[in-house]
Amino acid sequence: MSMYKVAVVGDKDSILGFKALGVTTFPVTSNEEAVGALNKIAKDNVAVICITEAVAKDIQPQIAALQKKQLPAIVLIPNNQGTLGLGMLQIKKNAEKAIGADILFGKEGS
Amino acid sequence: MEIQVNPTRMELNRLKGRLQMAVRGHKLLKDKRDELMRRFLVLIRENKKLRETLEEQLSRSFANFLLASAVMSGETLEEAIMYPTATMAVGVETINIMSVHVPKITPVEQEEEENNVTPYGFATTSGELDTSIATLATVLPELIHLAELEKSVYLLADEIDKTRRRVNALEHVMIPELEETIKYIRMKLDENERGALVRLMKIKDIVRKEA
Repeated sequence: MSMYKVAVVGDKDSILGFKALGVTTFPVTSNEEAVGALNKIAKDNVAVICITEAVAKDIQPQIAALQKKQLPAIVLIPNNQGTLGLGMLQIKKNAEKAIGADILFGKEGS
Repeated sequence: MEIQVNPTRMELNRLKGRLQMAVRGHKLLKDKRDELMRRFLVLIRENKKLRETLEEQLSRSFANFLLASAVMSGETLEEAIMYPTATMAVGVETINIMSVHVPKITPVEQEEEENNVTPYGFATTSGELDTSIATLATVLPELIHLAELEKSVYLLADEIDKTRRRVNALEHVMIPELEETIKYIRMKLDENERGALVRLMKIKDIVRKEA
């Protein structure tokens, strides 16, 4: 078993709290910065990346590319303005991909 | 649709072998798909539940933090959490679900002085900050678990998709095609045989007439 780090990417106000816990934080304000942070993280040995949904929504392709590998695991978190529902959407998409129908979120063939 | 082949006995044998293999592969893949699906359903239900609770907890923690930053000045806040007492580390193992390799991520326990998650003294900081960091500290291990789950679900969904495509390709294309071709060769061979028989009978007639 080897050691990995945890990283958080998001707007500064939302992720500052994580810093107190010893998590590597990457405060970003623009898409370019976010992509840069992701690239930096990808080279480092980081196992878990938490990205706020607000940041993630504009850099989907980069995230998808990382998600295909076994590591790192990317998890979308809400920011301090609440959730955008992207994380749930991802679960729903996975369900649809695997099963062919969405069985988790109600309403069958309405 | 049938494959273009020479209608020979050798070809027939070869195709029979391929058909047998395809049927066996189809059965195995179907079993694999079913088992993957079973595992997947368990995981994705858990995933959904965990995400729901976590999103709520995180929002609460962020709200606390917002309060804290409102009460304190920005500089003091940053100063307070600038030097964390611990660094978060996780261990990663690989587990094998039906030959899909998914990571198992576990937070590493670190000995903290006096079990203290707050890296600052209490003199200049507000109580809101303490609570927000305390909740965040309880959320973090779960967040890591969620990351692990979502990754597993993603990888499994990928594998299920692939397996299903293979099963369908075998079931609806490969196997019917092979069966079709085998039938074609059989008929052709039978026809040849009948042709040969008739020819023989005809020749026999001619020979008898001349004798």
